[in-house]
Amino acid sequence: MKIIVCLGVVPDTTTKVKFSGDNKEFDTSGVQWVINPWDELALTRAIQLKEDAGNTVDKVVVITVGSITTEPVIRKALAIGADEAVRIDVAPKDSYEVAFQLSEFLKNEQDQHFVFAGIESSDYNGAAVGGMLAELLGVNSVSSVSGLEIEGEKPRIFRDIDGGVETLEVDIPFVAIVQKGIAIEPRIPAMRGIMMARKKTLNVIPPAGTEAYTGITGFELPEPKPPCKIIESENAKELINLLQNEAKIL
Amino acid sequence: MAVLVYTENWDGKFKKTSFELVSYANKLAEMFNTNVVALSIGPVSEEELALLGNYGADKIISAAAGQFKILDNKVYVNLISSVAEKENAELIVLSHDNTGKALAPGLSVKLKAGLVSGVVELPSSTDPFTIKKKVFSGNAFARVEVKTGIKVLTLAKNSFEVVEKDGIAQIEALQDEVSQGDITTKVNEVNKQTGKILLTDAEIVVSGGRGMKSPDNWGPIEELAELLGAATACSRPVSDEGWRPHQEHTGQTGKIIAPNLYIAVGISGAIQHLAGVSSSRYIVAINTDKDAPIFEAADYGIVGDAMKVLPQLIQAVKEMKVS
Ligand SMILES: Cc1cc2nc3c(=O)[nH]c(=O)nc-3n(C[C@H](O)[C@H](O)[C@H](O)COP(=O)(O)OP(=O)(O)OC[C@H]3O[C@@H](n4cnc5c(N)ncnc54)[C@H](O)[C@@H]3O)c2cc1C
Repeated sequence: MKIIVCLGVVPDTTTKVKFSGDNKEFDTSGVQWVINPWDELALTRAIQLKEDAGNTVDKVVVITVGSITTEPVIRKALAIGADEAVRIDVAPKDSYEVAFQLSEFLKNEQDQHFVFAGIESSDYNGAAVGGMLAELLGVNSVSSVSGLEIEGEKPRIFRDIDGGVETLEVDIPFVAIVQKGIAIEPRIPAMRGIMMARKKTLNVIPPAGTEAYTGITGFELPEPKPPCKIIESENAKELINLLQNEAKIL
Repeated sequence: MAVLVYTENWDGKFKKTSFELVSYANKLAEMFNTNVVALSIGPVSEEELALLGNYGADKIISAAAGQFKILDNKVYVNLISSVAEKENAELIVLSHDNTGKALAPGLSVKLKAGLVSGVVELPSSTDPFTIKKKVFSGNAFARVEVKTGIKVLTLAKNSFEVVEKDGIAQIEALQDEVSQGDITTKVNEVNKQTGKILLTDAEIVVSGGRGMKSPDNWGPIEELAELLGAATACSRPVSDEGWRPHQEHTGQTGKIIAPNLYIAVGISGAIQHLAGVSSSRYIVAINTDKDAPIFEAADYGIVGDAMKVLPQLIQAVKEMKVS
């Protein structure tokens, strides 16, 4: 069985967000690109499952919708341990376009498989690709997945709910929309992995024709916050007083 | 044309976010000169349903059949989209929470509707339809234009005030003649903590970071939380180390919360941590390092050792409660 991991490429999460002079575009100068954090956890879990002999997972494929500039990050995914990569060659304008391109490619997938998608991307926070992809493929999805185990061919899914966790079963194929917990720490590429990644296949596929449903017309930065009021540590009581009488929240 | 709002219930009850959402839908409907239809799925009493009318729902559709007891994304998407079609809804709004995130994308595809997730305001223009949403985990906003006739929106928490109205809504039970497809999601087990305030619902949150030094030092955090009726949270390294359960991990890769008051103790204020808490109305920081970035995000701060400051705060809260 194959696990297909949808991989987004995003600015490093410590990036200071800047926009072009007219605030119409995100300023990518000096930006370090990384695997979207949730996708990185998904990839880590997929590789762990492949390594586990107790199930039939034998291949991990990563798939990205993006221009050639995403390739160094895709190579990193191969170095971490994905077997194969696919890049659909278009710079997408919204989540729908990403999901549509993925579905056009995945609808021809013959091998038994299921799909991992991260709950959202850390740049545009769409929280949309996984759910859209499932609907386009006509399969089910489970969201808020914080754990996934497989015995033989049967996945056992842990879904976070308010104040707890549910254990589920769902028919294959399906899309697991994953979050923290699916893996704890992302796997880091080892030297050997980096060497091997160079020889692994990265297929570049031309995009299918489609139109985005939405478009960004501009950006804004939040209003700067007033400076923090510092209270003497010997006088912690004063904090409670301020919260009660100035902020009026106690 | 109508505005359709999906109001989730928790064991038959609505929450403040449900009312926020209906209030938002009501204002949206005013902009488009139309009505609000609220859809409730699962068993909810007539009395509870009627509450939605107090926030501006004109009509409430209740789909209470047993098959909707568990969240099966496909079945729910089929159900909501068939109601949207029947009601001629051009705007569909959900909360930007676990359930909203699970369903909105499927609805977008099914209804060929553009999706904007995490919106923070009413649209700034109705034609072209343009609306503001959070991006870069709260570090910026984007204005998004939706090009499709039907639109799906998810509303970010704490971005819209509840507005009470004295409307009376008509309640309609959804007849179950339409099959929404087979359920392929099977729930085998549910583990829920009970009796504790949920982190995502809490108005006050007390949160500890690596500066707490050891899991054995959490007593004062729990005591302060208990006194304030608050939930407890933590930074990522704290949950990674197993000092606290993963459910408490807040931040970009953990829970995104927006309480009225967030008290960060021994937390440095890394950008990824702030991404999960920056929508809080007030932030208090307690940290030994006066240059810690948390003070840039905080409204009130105390520079000092948590283990010395917390007991003083506990004492002060006790005194406040007595007076
Ligand atoms: C992709 C990615 C995603 C991430 N996602 C998250 C996330 O979701 N949430 C998250 O929290 N982090 C996240 N992180 C980690 C983040 O970068 C920080 O490492 C983390 O938030 C630091 O946790 P901390 O503040 O508890 O610890 P530290 O940074 O070690 O800070 C401890 C603080 O405690 C103070 N201190 C020490 N002793 C005392 C004392 N006695 N009394 C009071 N204060 C004291 C110190 O001055 C310091 O400021 C992420 C990182 C990456 C790369």
